[in-house]
Amino acid sequence: MRGYLPDYDLSSTENLTEAFGKLAEGEKPFAGGTDIMVLMDAGVLPAGRYFDISKLKELGGIKVLKDQVSLGALATYSDVRNHKTIQKHFPILVESAKEVGAIAIQNRGTVGGNIANASPAADFPPCLLVYEAKINLISSSGLRTLDYTQFHLGYKKSEIRPDELIQSVLLEPRFLDYHHFWRKVGSRQAQAISKTMVAAIAKVNRRKIEDIKIAFGSVAPTAVRCRKVESFLLGKKLTSEVILEAKNILTKDIQPIDDIRSTGKYRLIASQNVLEEFLCGIG
Amino acid sequence: MKKLKLLVNSKTFTVDCHPFARLLDVLREELKLTGTKEGCGEGECGACSVIMDGKLVNSCLVPALQAHNKKILTVEGLSNKSMSPLQKAFIQCGGAQCGICTPGMLIAAHAMKTRKKNPSKEDIREGLSGNLCRCTGYSQIIESVQKCGGRS
Ligand SMILES: Cc1cc2nc3c(=O)[nH]c(=O)nc-3n(C[C@H](O)[C@H](O)[C@H](O)COP(=O)(O)OP(=O)(O)OC[C@H]3O[C@@H](n4cnc5c(N)ncnc54)[C@H](O)[C@@H]3O)c2cc1C
Ligand code: FES
Ligand code: FES
Repeated sequence: MRGYLPDYDLSSTENLTEAFGKLAEGEKPFAGGTDIMVLMDAGVLPAGRYFDISKLKELGGIKVLKDQVSLGALATYSDVRNHKTIQKHFPILVESAKEVGAIAIQNRGTVGGNIANASPAADFPPCLLVYEAKINLISSSGLRTLDYTQFHLGYKKSEIRPDELIQSVLLEPRFLDYHHFWRKVGSRQAQAISKTMVAAIAKVNRRKIEDIKIAFGSVAPTAVRCRKVESFLLGKKLTSEVILEAKNILTKDIQPIDDIRSTGKYRLIASQNVLEEFLCGIG
Repeated sequence: MKKLKLLVNSKTFTVDCHPFARLLDVLREELKLTGTKEGCGEGECGACSVIMDGKLVNSCLVPALQAHNKKILTVEGLSNKSMSPLQKAFIQCGGAQCGICTPGMLIAAHAMKTRKKNPSKEDIREGLSGNLCRCTGYSQIIESVQKCGGRS
């Protein structure tokens, strides 16, 4: 049953100081609402007071700075898809944004909401892991910057404190000469939440791997970088034996489980196959 | 309760409603604009599609507060005295059967046509991919949208 409206409140917020005040009183941020409204509809949204952060300028926009690109927490999937610099330097963010829900969801869902939700099936985290992004968290005591790899701690757990907001994600455009690969395996093209997904980039010189970064989503409590596979592949030529061995090693990097969307066994095999697809494409 | 101002189909409305109420319910119950339908209530089916400040959204996922001072276009706003070419095409091509998905399909198609002047079949498919139809099998809907070309 839907949540009972009188148990909830939603207020507008014009500036950050006001927002920090509301956080201190236990109010929760509301961005695009594509997660919150669904929880509300299912009757499982915790009762309480929420505040609309969609007008906070400090959290908005995609900015191209001198040697990095700042993705504001309020940037929507559509903003990401349509941004020229993101298209050029971070193509798998564009690929993954295109596959989130459908257009109406992409127009509303935000980068910050996707990250804060900390779902293992969220689409952006694997991409942010391979692009070695940084994340800016902001509170009344200032800004702190973390490596994105440190952010997700466990199933729906992250580094963010209750007094903080996600401000932005920082990306360095240093992957132009890399192959970029993104693949999401789900039941339907639009709207589907994935059974497994991979984000991967690699720099290859005469079939030899000079650099490689691989991350999976939906197959562990958080999105994960596959360090064991990466270090095995580094410096190697991509022969069929090497690819086979990489698929074996993948079982040490990911721990897929059974749930309503799929089984652990299916997820593992599908993950191995998409890894193979990636490696065959760059070799 | 909050006093909110909505600009729906070029008319200004002032409503007293809960800020967390769904735009869908405000449209249907407060403004009696029942063209916008509810299917799933969770962003999956597109029956509740409206255009807010030029962007396609699911009105079941928009809280009333965020619609304050926004321009909203619902299916009622597509026709001006007579039906729009898009609506006529739906009738001609059998794009509507039971009709529950139709308002959402029309709005999503309208939004897509505003983004893309000469939509390809792929553009149409993508533009409508958030809208479910259990009757037509989709081909007639895509045909309808193709039929009226760049116009809507
Ligand atoms: C039909 C449908 C399909 C979907 N498909 C996908 C999919 O394919 N892949 C995918 O990854 N997701 C998908 N989603 C989920 C959703 O769209 C994303 O997770 C979205 O990015 C959430 O952003 P939001 O702004 O809507 O978040 P909200 O619902 O507004 O908030 C979500 C959570 O994040 C918190 N929050 C939001 N912004 C901040 C901030 N700046 N700082 C701190 N906390 C914050 C909120 O308090 C809340 O807990 C889908 C959702 C729907 C309804
Ligand atoms: S009712 Fe809103 S998407 Fe289904
Ligand atoms: S016409 Fe019946 S659901 Fe589309």
